Amino acid sequence: MIPAAFDYVRASSADEAISLVSEHGSDAKFLAGGHSLLPLMKLRLAQPSVLIDIARVKDLSYVKDAGDHVAIGALTRHMDVEKSPVLAQHAPLLAHAASHVGDPQVRHRGTIGGSIAHADPASDLPATTLALGATYVVRGPKGQREIAAGDFYKGFLESALAADEMLVEIRVPKMNGAGWSFQKFNRRAQDWAIVGVAAWRRGSESGVGLVNMGQTPVLASSVSSALAGGASIVDASQRAVDDAAPTADNNASVEYRTHLAKVLVRRALEQASA
Amino acid sequence: MKISVTVNGVQHTSDVEPRTLLVHFVREQLGLTGTNVGCDTSSCGACSLHVDGEAVKSCTMLAVQADGSSVTTIEGMASADGTMHPMQKAFMENHGLQCGYCTPGMVMAATSLLKENPNPTEDDVRIGLEGNLCRCTGYHNIVKAVLACAGK
Repeated sequence: MIPAAFDYVRASSADEAISLVSEHGSDAKFLAGGHSLLPLMKLRLAQPSVLIDIARVKDLSYVKDAGDHVAIGALTRHMDVEKSPVLAQHAPLLAHAASHVGDPQVRHRGTIGGSIAHADPASDLPATTLALGATYVVRGPKGQREIAAGDFYKGFLESALAADEMLVEIRVPKMNGAGWSFQKFNRRAQDWAIVGVAAWRRGSESGVGLVNMGQTPVLASSVSSALAGGASIVDASQRAVDDAAPTADNNASVEYRTHLAKVLVRRALEQASA
Repeated sequence: MKISVTVNGVQHTSDVEPRTLLVHFVREQLGLTGTNVGCDTSSCGACSLHVDGEAVKSCTMLAVQADGSSVTTIEGMASADGTMHPMQKAFMENHGLQCGYCTPGMVMAATSLLKENPNPTEDDVRIGLEGNLCRCTGYHNIVKAVLACAGK
């Protein structure tokens, strides 16, 4: 399968990328690692007329300790997120979740910013950064703004990013020793999760993100409220789908997804509380 | 668009359409047909090759993205005198192939894996090769070959 024809331009800086997208309009798409976009283009599910290759923007690939949070450049590859010593120390849940994205070849190309901007509810990193209370920094022609992960996901593959804006940084609050767990349930290695759960817990505080439980990544706030109100893990995990609207597909019915989410949230909270 | 890619140590300057996939560039423009197309959806790993020393799936990368890079395909693994790469030799000695279709991708993924983890356990090898499917299901000897190559 070969994508439909498109024009290809390269940006060497974020500012150049933003001016290129302003110039080419809403039919232009940014190309980072290409591991979400190119499969869609090969299937003709996406047909941008211009690709703006941002993979050579070198100063957007980093993981930095920024005091109360870890700052991750949008073009940091999954493999570099997975192996980052800074994340291993301060946000191990995210490093671990990154190690479950696709397979090593995919992780050599795919980027955390690409995955988040793609806003696929079945992807691991959108739900994980949502659970961690991350902030996304986006830049456009009018400058830079911050969007809380909780306000970012608007619908299936739709985000709060404007057509002329680019995600430049992901800020993940330090976990400060919180317990955590990442549960990914699938039938075959390297598949997307049928249901996934990213969870952390520190005393009465917790965050629970659900993968593939609706049109967007889901923050299971009801579970966290129940825990904060003193509910047991078993009881809190019964609230797993209160904030979700799962749909059926070839892999799972709504009933099965609902069951899985409750079981996986329970397992995740048990592990995060151990 | 004009691109310049070093493939197996030889620099090639070619004119490609932006939509040309890297795998089609190496197979059709350079005639290096050792890299196979399997699923064409970045699932099976048959098209794995190295870009700047790391295994990638060349069905999910554009040739223009590889501009300026160094690419190694299965043809570039053996020495000029025909001596096989230790991973190729390990596959041969451990019967790590049946029909052989997945083998080039397996060898490329396995060498990339050992570069990142020179001392893997059997589990590390199985997980490290999760992006490569063998439809003969000959995984056991493939894993044996990779462990043998790692000196285990």
